[in-house]
Amino acid sequence: MSSDNKIEIRKLYKIFGPNPLPLIDKVDNGMSKDQLLEEHKHVLGLSDIHLDIPNQSLQVIMGLSGSGKSTLIRHINRLIEPTSGEMMVDGQDVLTLSQNDLLDFRKNKTAMVFQKFALLPHKTVLQNVSFGLFIKKFEPVEAEKQSMHWIDRVGLLGFEHRYPQQLSGGMQQRVGLARALANDPDILLMDEAFSALDPLIRKDMQDILLELQSELKKTVVFITHDLDEALKLGDNIAILKDGSMDQEGDAVNILLNPKTEYVRKFVEDVNRSRVLKAKNIMQNSSEISKDLMNGQSMKVKGDDVIEKFIDRVVVDKPTLVEVLGEDGSAIGYLSAERLSEILRK
Amino acid sequence: MANQSNFFFDFPTLPKELIRAFKKSTDAAYKTFSREYGDYIETFFNPLLKFLVFWEKLLVATPWLVIIGVVCVFAYYGTRSYKIVIGIIISFFFVGYMGMWEDMMESMGFIIVATIMAIAIGIPTGVWMSKSNRAQAVITPILDFMQTLPPFVYLIPVVMLLGIGKIPGLISVIVYAIPPMIRLTNLGIREVDREILEAADSFGATPWQKLTQVQFPLALPTIFAGVNQTIMMALAMVIIASMIGVKGLGQEVLRAITNQYFTLGMLNGLAIVILAIVFDRISQAYGKRIQKHRSGDAI
Repeated sequence: MSSDNKIEIRKLYKIFGPNPLPLIDKVDNGMSKDQLLEEHKHVLGLSDIHLDIPNQSLQVIMGLSGSGKSTLIRHINRLIEPTSGEMMVDGQDVLTLSQNDLLDFRKNKTAMVFQKFALLPHKTVLQNVSFGLFIKKFEPVEAEKQSMHWIDRVGLLGFEHRYPQQLSGGMQQRVGLARALANDPDILLMDEAFSALDPLIRKDMQDILLELQSELKKTVVFITHDLDEALKLGDNIAILKDGSMDQEGDAVNILLNPKTEYVRKFVEDVNRSRVLKAKNIMQNSSEISKDLMNGQSMKVKGDDVIEKFIDRVVVDKPTLVEVLGEDGSAIGYLSAERLSEILRK
Repeated sequence: MANQSNFFFDFPTLPKELIRAFKKSTDAAYKTFSREYGDYIETFFNPLLKFLVFWEKLLVATPWLVIIGVVCVFAYYGTRSYKIVIGIIISFFFVGYMGMWEDMMESMGFIIVATIMAIAIGIPTGVWMSKSNRAQAVITPILDFMQTLPPFVYLIPVVMLLGIGKIPGLISVIVYAIPPMIRLTNLGIREVDREILEAADSFGATPWQKLTQVQFPLALPTIFAGVNQTIMMALAMVIIASMIGVKGLGQEVLRAITNQYFTLGMLNGLAIVILAIVFDRISQAYGKRIQKHRSGDAI
């Protein structure tokens, strides 16, 4: 296996019901979720999932409710037993771990953040954040020190002796995030972690996550049903539908080349100019005609989203947009035709 | 005509001799059993008797002012209400002034011991029931049976086995009072939010850590409702148990019934009501206190 993948999911199936094993073949032969339910009274959770999640990347898994995304994330720490398949984490198949090894795996490798926060209502913020460390039998003093660090990092200093019910939703989820991070896991599992929050709070939490991630470099698996959130957060996005993987790739790829009708519908309403960066859509010099190269050009940064420079393009009407890398040298070009093609839906 | 049985008006029954033989042989078998093993069983329950006698003596021997003081401290700590504390002082003085202090102390000791035993047996049983659907399927009908069988009926085998006295009385009180303890422990643990349990699982908590850190603390308010009900049922049963030799307020009530002493009955009945209200208020207040985290107020 390649060493830069943290998680490799292979041929993972989950069928809910009393006797699911014999039904895998039928699903493989194209039986649909509805048919399975009608003819065999079994519910198809996941079907033939393959997914590689690179180390230290932020993988978004997206789908509507019932698509199996929450089921999938619970297979990574085996809160749900699969019907068949492999779940390799650091080259070890989680699904073959003994009960004790599984507990150790959960203590040390993963931590989870939940949609409805799932905080312990009878414990204070501090006790909640140090819960994982308590389970690991840390010294109380050490556990408190580490927990206070994370309470500080998520901006909840001064609230450590409050109870969860005394906090707003956004603050509660900060506790959830701190609780997960205090455990210092390699893998952060976030199950619709921000879906229950108001839009503004949600944006705050997304920013906090991105800021923390740029520094901590965890492997994050993030579940969402919101494409904007997926595009903002994800290094890679996997789209699930009815338990199967519809498409997988980086944000630009999914936005520009939707493979199925389902994905196309998803990306239809996305404001591309707000998501796509100049470097995502730039062309190299060979694609640009000589005339344009010699005309009047305008310089933009590769990391700028289209929205940031489109007004200047409209006003200044340059013949060519020059895209600059981090060191200030040209790494690519954008013609007016290319821009309008991208922005045309 | 007289000897002719009418199928539609007389319920078809076994011959009277057969029924008598059935009753006789069952009773004889049970008597043999109790003659054979009664002593062992009594020895087995001896520690319980010592525990009970210890409490009764302690309460009777302690100066009444100290008892009132201790009860008031408990009541204040639980309820934080001076009204309830003053109410307790007045009503305890009334009971003492009317000459029922010693009887009330005996009943109080009895109820304390019965409640401690019911908790000690009921909570583990309830936990077991919550963990195993099979245990629940077996225990639930037993609890239904215990709760609906008239208490007088199960006094009989207890008395046959252990004779008249404190221990048979205590056992029948525990049997009568324990079902809510078991039921509500089971219910409280089963009601714990699945997502919170999942969170505990995701951090690698062992079943024991889950029970002690998550399920039990979150079930405590429900469990306390069980404790409260158990105390109330023990109080009710104390009167009936006096028929088989339990001393205290119940015995006086029994004396009042057999001799038609109306005032004696009323006074002792009133003392029991006072005891019930005190226990109820204090145990409910503790139950609510445990839920302080549920309020949105700053603490």
